[in-house]
Order: sequence, then structure tokens, then C-alpha cells
Amino acid sequence: MSQVQWFRSENFQRMLWPLTALFCILLFNFFFTPGFFHIEIKDGRFFGSLVDIANRAAPVMLLAIGMTLVFATGGVDLSVGAVMAISGAIAATVIRPDYVKGVLEYGEVQSLFLVLAIPLFFSLLAGLWNGLLVAIIGIQPIIATLILMVAGRGIAQLITQGQIVVFIHEPFQYIGSGFLFGLPFPIILVLLTFTATYLLTRRTGLGLFIEAIGANSIASRFMGIRERMITLSVYIFSGFCAGLAGLIVCADIKAADANNAGLFLELDAIAAVIIGGTMWGGRFTIFGSVVGTLIIQSLTTTILTRGVAPEVTLVFKAFVIILVALIQSEKFRRLFSSRMPGKKLGAS
Amino acid sequence: MKLRLNQKNIPLLATIAVFLLIYLAGSLLYSNFFSLRVFVNLFIDNAFVGVIAIGMTFVIISGGIDLSVGSVVAFIGVLAAKMMHDYGVHPILAFSICLGLGAIFGMIMGSLIHFFELPPFLVTLVGMFLARGLAFLVSLNAIPIKHPSVDAIIDFGIPLGFRAWLPATAMIFIAVTLVGIYLQHYTRFGRNTYAIGSNEQSAILMGLPVGRTKILVYTFNGLLSALAGVVYSLYTSSGYPLACVGLELDVIAAVVIGGTLLSGGSGYVAGTLIGVLILGLIQTFITFQGTLSSWWTKIVIGVLLFVFILLQRYLSKAGAGK
Repeated sequence: MSQVQWFRSENFQRMLWPLTALFCILLFNFFFTPGFFHIEIKDGRFFGSLVDIANRAAPVMLLAIGMTLVFATGGVDLSVGAVMAISGAIAATVIRPDYVKGVLEYGEVQSLFLVLAIPLFFSLLAGLWNGLLVAIIGIQPIIATLILMVAGRGIAQLITQGQIVVFIHEPFQYIGSGFLFGLPFPIILVLLTFTATYLLTRRTGLGLFIEAIGANSIASRFMGIRERMITLSVYIFSGFCAGLAGLIVCADIKAADANNAGLFLELDAIAAVIIGGTMWGGRFTIFGSVVGTLIIQSLTTTILTRGVAPEVTLVFKAFVIILVALIQSEKFRRLFSSRMPGKKLGAS
Repeated sequence: MKLRLNQKNIPLLATIAVFLLIYLAGSLLYSNFFSLRVFVNLFIDNAFVGVIAIGMTFVIISGGIDLSVGSVVAFIGVLAAKMMHDYGVHPILAFSICLGLGAIFGMIMGSLIHFFELPPFLVTLVGMFLARGLAFLVSLNAIPIKHPSVDAIIDFGIPLGFRAWLPATAMIFIAVTLVGIYLQHYTRFGRNTYAIGSNEQSAILMGLPVGRTKILVYTFNGLLSALAGVVYSLYTSSGYPLACVGLELDVIAAVVIGGTLLSGGSGYVAGTLIGVLILGLIQTFITFQGTLSSWWTKIVIGVLLFVFILLQRYLSKAGAGK
């Protein structure tokens, strides 16, 4: 077997496992959950469990897309949950600037552009901060982003003064609960982000550069890759994705909850990326991460429809993640594959 | 050689300086801040954080990380409460079972990390999910702990004078710290953790028991997390499955502020003790101030983390230059 073919099969395997897992969950539902695959069209909009799963998974998918690139450079972004909270808090404050002072009147209605642009600008800043710490100062990614994870939620609470800022803003709410072409708008946003990211990384050399940095940052610098700039932009991109996810969640519940918005979603995003087959520092697959998110969400939905307490999903998640991680572990695979050549030798 | 040693001590010295500075500022600004009672309260209120932080120091020095501790505290707390409240198990037995479970939990995580070469943060992330889910499986609600011998443990304490009082939980914290210092400086296990954290490859080549030490480190941390769970349930007299969400970050922050290098290979248990006290001091300061809201705690901890990491970075760069 030639080296090239072996690598190709390795790649194939990496994508195969997540898809198989997703298929198994869907198959289980096909037999045991009546009406799971039923999709209804009401007023030109699609309704059904499958649409619901994709819609609910949308924020985590966005986080996972950003996290995939960060992972590929050999880093991790723990701050995405906190950035979600910040972006939601800012959006709500732009809509109702005096709410925290106890003024219930809205004042003048803010344009949608401002409501979106200001939070996203600060999300980019948050990403820039992470990127500076990692790429320029050279702090380990886990720790650099831990700072914003701890302080970021505090900042979000500072913005909303610890209150839950509720609001009504029709155009903005559309982002969380609107429909376009019959699909929930969050799904459209994910599709757009996914396509843009895919084209940027796979139709240009960027994806290869990112993988090179993750594999060996010093070597890639000697190759002439502007490794610091790329690492920096990857973190900025992750911040942007987190900000977008924060806006979706905030617009969906029509409130900014600095305490709970995006809480623990960084863990879901990391889990999705790992399940999807992206290695820490090296090869990445955005499609895999999206599939990973779908696995987690459909698992959660499946458990909920079976009437098990929602909190118990954590146990299932834990087992699924460790199983997939083990399958991807070189040593674990060798445990089984090492026996096969042994047999061959015995036969010859 | 002497210079290098000094340099390793700078983060520790900076930690002590920050502690004294906050303490001094508090004492000057508020009456009663400078009292034995406030000082002892630091040990009481942060006993469970401190107990885990000691274990986490070993983990981080060995070059790993453990994100599961907060969930383990909640799981152990709610399990102990359930056993005592619903099944009438004697507290001593219940607590012993819990400690055993914690150690096994840590051992499994350590084995996964060592044998399958999985990244520690991934394995312990799974541990975090698992322990939290198990806590919910045990009970979805808070369970009170009421038992004569538990009350006896809670009421047990040494009066220190000046209206201060050292309860059992604080004593456990101090005892664990002393054990930690002993393990770190006077045993092979302690030296091995430094060696692995500095350079695992060299440690293997030197013939050190890398695998055993790694698994032991996580087992030790699992045991201490369980002990912290026991301390926490004594402190709150209940078990609650949602307790200590995000505790792992406070603990890591305490260890880093205490002068332990996150890249592994350098740090002191004594520094961690002061790191924990600094976190407690910030909380006390904000309580005394009265008008500052609780979110300032998070922001201040974040800023402190940033400053200390910058300091570490600067020092390690300066060290590498020589």
C-alpha cells in the first residue's frame, strides 16, 4: 500500500466516524421516535424535529466554525461563551440605553445596522485581544483565553448592571427567530458563515497555512508564512463567530442575560470540533465540526424526546466524546490494529 | 545557579507582595479589616477552593490541567448527602466511599491521559461533563445533611482568642497544605512531577516512572477534589448538584497567581496557598466596600491573572536569554 493511499484512507476514516455516529442517532430515531423525520410546511416555513435540531444547534455551529480554525493552529478559545454574553449585552444596551438606570422608555428606535455593528465590533476587539496575547505576547492559548473567559462575563454583567435587559426590536428579533426561504434565519446565517469560511480556507492557500502553523509554527515561519498575522486573524475570526452567536441567542430570547448567555457553550463547541475529527494543531475540517455539533444536538434532542431528565444528557455527551477521542487516538487504534499484522506474519 | 533560583522565586515574591498590598489597603480603609477573625475567615470560606488548588498545583507542575474539579465537588457533595439522608449511611462511611470514588475517578482520567496520549484538557473536560451529569443523576435538588456526628464535626473547632475560631474545615485545608508541601519537597513523587513538567522526554530518558507519576498526580487531585466536596458539604450542610459551577477556573487562577508556571515544571504549594488567600481577600475587600457589585470580583481576578501571566512570560523569556 502506497503512502498516499494510506493517508487518503486515514482522512476518509476521520470523516467516516462522525458521519456514522450521526447516522446511528438518526437511525435510532427513525425506529423509536414517531414523527421524527416528519417535516411540515406551514405558511411556507419548514417545521419538524430535524429543522429544530439544526436551528437549536446554530449558535454552537458558529462557535465551532471559529473554534475549528483556532484548534487547527494548535490553540483553543475558551472565551467564546463570555464573548457571546458581551455581544448580547451590548446589543440590548444599544436598543435600550437607559434600561439599567430604570428608564423603561425606549428613546429613539436604533437602526438595525447599529444594533448589529456595535456588538460585532466589540466581539472583533475581544478576538483581537485574545490574538494579541497568543500570537504577539506568546501566552499559551488555554490561559490567554481563560483571562477573557473569567473577566468577560464580569464585563457583560457590568454592561447590564447584573440585570436581564429585555427589549422589543422587530428587525433585530428577525435574526433569532425569523425565517428566510422557509428556513429559520439562524440556519441561513450558519450556511453563509460556513460557505464563506470554506471558500476562504480551501479555495485559497489559507487553510494550508493554518494547518502548517498548527503542525509546526517555527517551521512555517521559516517557510515564509506570516504565522503571527494568521494566528491573530484566526482568533479575531473566532471572536466574530462568538459575537454572531451571541446576537442570535440574544435576539431569540429577546433579552440579554449576562449570567447565562453562552454559559458552557465553549465546551460544546470544543466537543463538536473534536468529535468532527479536527486534530489539535494540524488538519482541520469545518464540515466535520458542523457534523459534530449536529451529533451533540441530535443526541440531546433524542434524549429529551425519550423523556429522560435533560441534565442527564451530560453523561451521554461525556461518553460520546471520550469514545470518539479514543477512536482517534493513535495508541488506542494500535491496540487493535497491532494484532492484525501479527496474524499476517503468522500466516506467512 | 543561584541567580536562576532567585528568578524562580520572583513570581512567588510578587504574589506575597500583592497579598500584603491588598491586606494593607483593606486594613487602612476599613476598621475591623485587620483582625484575626477576618484573617481566619479567609481559611474558612476558601477551604474547599484551597484543598483543590493544592492538588491542581501538582497537576499543573506536571504539565497537565484538570477541568473536572468543580463538577467532582458537586457530585461528591450530593452523593454524600444522598447516602446519609436517604439511606441512613453513617457519615464516616459515606465520606470514605466518596473519597475512594474521587480517587478512582482521578485515576481513570490519569490512565486515559497516559495510556492513550489524549490531551489532558480534553479528558478532564469529559470528566467535567460526566461528574456533573452523575450529580444530576443522583439528585436534581439540594439535599440537606443532618446527622448528629456531622453536626459534631461542624461544631468542632479550636478557639484562637480575639473571637476567632478555627473549625474542622479550615483545619483540613491547613493539613492538606502541609501534606502538599511535604510531598512536593521531601518525596520522589514531588521531584518527579517537576521533572515531567519541565521536559517529559528527558524524564523518560532519565528512567523516571513517568506513567506512574502522571496517573498518581491525577489520582491525588481526584482524591483532593473529593475531599473538597466533603469540606464543601460540611461548609454548606447540604449537597447541591449545581454547586461550584466554574470553580475550576477560580482554582486555576489561584494556582497561577500563586506563581506556578502554566507550562509546567515550576511552582510551589506554598505559593498556591497565598494565591487562594488573595482570591479570598479580593472577595472580602468587595464585601467590606459594600457598594461594588459581585462582578467586579471576576474582573479583578481576570486582571490579576493577566498581570501574573505577563510577569511569568517576561521572566521565562529573561531566563531563556541567559
